[in-house]
Amino acid sequence: MSPVDYSDVQGIVRFGHAHMKEGCYLLLKVKNFSAACSWLTTAPVTTAIKTDPRPNTALQVAFTRQGLEALNVPANVIDGFSAEFITGMAADENRSLRLGDVGANSPANWRWGTASHVPHVLLMLFAAQGQLDSWRQTIRGRSWADAFEEIACLPTSDMGGRESFGFIDGISQPEIDWDQARSPSINCYERKYSNVVCLGEFLLGYRNEYQAYTDRPLIGSDERAASELPFAEDRPGLHDVGRNGTYLVMRHLSQDVRGFWQFWNKAANSDPTQLYRLAGLAAGRNFTDGSSLVPLNDEAIPGIGDGGKDPQLNQFTFDTDVDGTHCPYGAHIRRANPRNADVLGNPQGVIATLIRTLGFGNKNVRDDLIASTRFHRILRRGREYGRALSVEQALQPAGEEEIESGLHFFAINANLQRQFEFIQTAWLMRTKFDGMTEESDPLLGNRSPVPGCLFTSTFSIPQAGSVRQRIADLPQFITVRGGAYFFLPGIRALRYLSKVGA
Amino acid sequence: MMPQANIFVAAPIKAELALDLRRLLASMNTAPGRVDPGNPIVPFGQFERLHFARFVILQDQTLDDIQVAYGLPRRDYHLMLALIADFDGNADDFRAELARKAAVGLEQIFSCCEGFTRGSDLPQWMKDHEQPPAAAYVNWAGRTVRQIHQEDALRLALEAHLQRNAPQFGSKRPREAHLLLKQFADSEVAAGRIRLSEEEPTPLGWKLRQVLHLLGVPLILLLLSPLLLLYSPIFIYQLRNREKSDMEIAPRPDAEHEASLSRLEDHDVTNQFSAMGSIKPGRFRCWTLAFLLWLVNYTARHIYIRGHLARVPTIHFARWVFINDKKRMVFASNYDGSLDSYMDDFINKVGWGLNLVFGNGLGYPRTNWLVLDGSKNEQKFKYFLRRHELPTEVWYNAHPGLTAFDLKRNSLIRQGICRDDMTDAELQQWVALL
Repeated sequence: MSPVDYSDVQGIVRFGHAHMKEGCYLLLKVKNFSAACSWLTTAPVTTAIKTDPRPNTALQVAFTRQGLEALNVPANVIDGFSAEFITGMAADENRSLRLGDVGANSPANWRWGTASHVPHVLLMLFAAQGQLDSWRQTIRGRSWADAFEEIACLPTSDMGGRESFGFIDGISQPEIDWDQARSPSINCYERKYSNVVCLGEFLLGYRNEYQAYTDRPLIGSDERAASELPFAEDRPGLHDVGRNGTYLVMRHLSQDVRGFWQFWNKAANSDPTQLYRLAGLAAGRNFTDGSSLVPLNDEAIPGIGDGGKDPQLNQFTFDTDVDGTHCPYGAHIRRANPRNADVLGNPQGVIATLIRTLGFGNKNVRDDLIASTRFHRILRRGREYGRALSVEQALQPAGEEEIESGLHFFAINANLQRQFEFIQTAWLMRTKFDGMTEESDPLLGNRSPVPGCLFTSTFSIPQAGSVRQRIADLPQFITVRGGAYFFLPGIRALRYLSKVGA
Repeated sequence: MMPQANIFVAAPIKAELALDLRRLLASMNTAPGRVDPGNPIVPFGQFERLHFARFVILQDQTLDDIQVAYGLPRRDYHLMLALIADFDGNADDFRAELARKAAVGLEQIFSCCEGFTRGSDLPQWMKDHEQPPAAAYVNWAGRTVRQIHQEDALRLALEAHLQRNAPQFGSKRPREAHLLLKQFADSEVAAGRIRLSEEEPTPLGWKLRQVLHLLGVPLILLLLSPLLLLYSPIFIYQLRNREKSDMEIAPRPDAEHEASLSRLEDHDVTNQFSAMGSIKPGRFRCWTLAFLLWLVNYTARHIYIRGHLARVPTIHFARWVFINDKKRMVFASNYDGSLDSYMDDFINKVGWGLNLVFGNGLGYPRTNWLVLDGSKNEQKFKYFLRRHELPTEVWYNAHPGLTAFDLKRNSLIRQGICRDDMTDAELQQWVALL
């Protein structure tokens, strides 16, 4: 086990670059192979090394499977990537069904990401206030027009730490175990929720939460350009194309901000207190300050920092709210991260553990429906786009020139299937999450019909001491406009990729 | 209570008719993975006691493995067709109903199999070709299809009533809310809009067999215990030896195989899973597996009968069936969610149980002490499972849109609506089910 070489990791894995308020995403196709390779060879890609002062500009580079093909990467190397990456986000109907990309979300309606609109290369550009234009010019540089065709340049907006609906965003992130000090139980007996997650869940080539190495392309020393690559930690003698790289999920989500606030306003009978309460229940956090709806834990949670506001915002699990009366089961943050351990109830001793293992000892009907969230964590790196509307503005009818707003959602994970796709499928989109029925994520749900169910558009709010409140007929608030799975290579792997096909 | 039973009919397919059979089975679907419940071949929708049914062609993709792993010659087994069904009541009645409602279609299907001639006694022929499962699991013993539909209708009626009268219920304490809902349900029953049938009587013969089994297995174990105890050091030696040397065969399944499976999935909140594979060669693994499944079957018959198999609450019905003289095994289940979440749930919650059983399968990721590791080799385990999975040609679910948890919740709602003696704590929990 060797320490992480930060100079070989792209900065976006370690930093959100939040201090660089400007950013844009360039979706490119390779026009000329050798021009593209020579551009990539000299691209000033930002690494994960900490610098003082922090940089004012940043560049990150990622590729789709089609991009690797355009760079003539050998088929045996491409085959070593995960099946989800090879197929892509939009090319398999069954995947679209599972991800909720049907109806209005259907790839057929996407602006980019399908058929001939699948980008080869994604460039993420970030810059301090006022510096993006010049940074973009610098990046484009000479021979740019020969090398690439720009499918799109997607702008971002700084909404002051809030997303387009107005909620504070990015409050909870997993704490990456950069020092590789964590050694979780292989046989799934972690008794307490931890926010520290193994490095291998976010970077290929390191041990993951199963203490295993996620599959990625490994090549022999005799293969072309192999010497550019680091060795595989688990398979000495083989070179690791994946090491220090990872998968990057991008989803272009447009948000109906007016629709969102007007819907909840109606449900609240235009009572502002009720409005913010309902919207907060849907999101799972208080609207004003992002604070938790459930009582904080007395005990610290590993990986929930002791500095700043983090403990106040994140030192909680839902174990203190089994009946969902503080934070509804279906609230967005409760779906996206149910915050539980491998075994429920922190059993002490062999007998208690055995009883749990055999499936007994549950006190409540929903107990143990969901477990082991540590295998389903993602690092979010999204940025907003469009014009921010205040709640008051959003409650007004749309003007003539409506500017779309939304989120360029980015997630970093080493296993697309077990991390991003699992969360999206089993937790956010599934109408049966956590023993519920007839409802999907109140923010992200597509409300598409499910055979055998009369409707899928409710949001239940359990009430202490009386019948639950149930909001009916939620419309779709968020629509997918594009998306793709990318490979975000390590710096050495990037050099390898720009050489191997020559 | 009316117990559930199952059949597993397996018959060799005439090689020259295999393609015709596939076409015939496909014609029962409106689209891949979506059966037409009213299809003229086997109109599953007309069977009032049927929970799940499937036709699957048992085409093992992994017959070369035995040569790769143990240097033994590959055996070419006959391609087989399996009809698998889970239903209320006994198998004789179900076979007779099949013959009554689907004689022509079944004759068409079975004519593609060896040893079937038109005009044969269908129920008898099916019975002759059945393989009793080594272990079978039912999510909730005694819950009938009729009960499931009635309880679902009850919940939907209560749901609609609650929505219509939301302001009225908003301020009600659980006891008042329960009383109001009970009155509403009673009036709906009286008006004939919903029905809540009485439980059917438990067949005496079944009850007797259940008691004998309940006591018999521990008795046999007790009698065998001195022998088992004596044998255990030898067993441990044999096991550890094999665990160290058994070869793993779990490459990533090829994209085509993957696609042929995934296009059949996720059209309902419940999915089917059919898989087969060879058992590791030699008597040790075969007997170990038979013994373990005998125990699994005991727990499934007497312990795990109320909504969960160990920690997994998402399986409706499942069975493990030996075929070909215990050389191979078929596993078939009906589960909630997508395959990926099913596998993750399995690994994280009952990895030990998977290892115990499937660890005896040829090529399974290496186990340690029978229950450790194995499935925790997450990716290899998933590849192994997917590689052994078979496309299920036809799959029928009598209660689409309802997960096993939905069924449980609906049953609990129904039990509560029929009671008027609940404590405040019980009422609180009952109200939370709505």
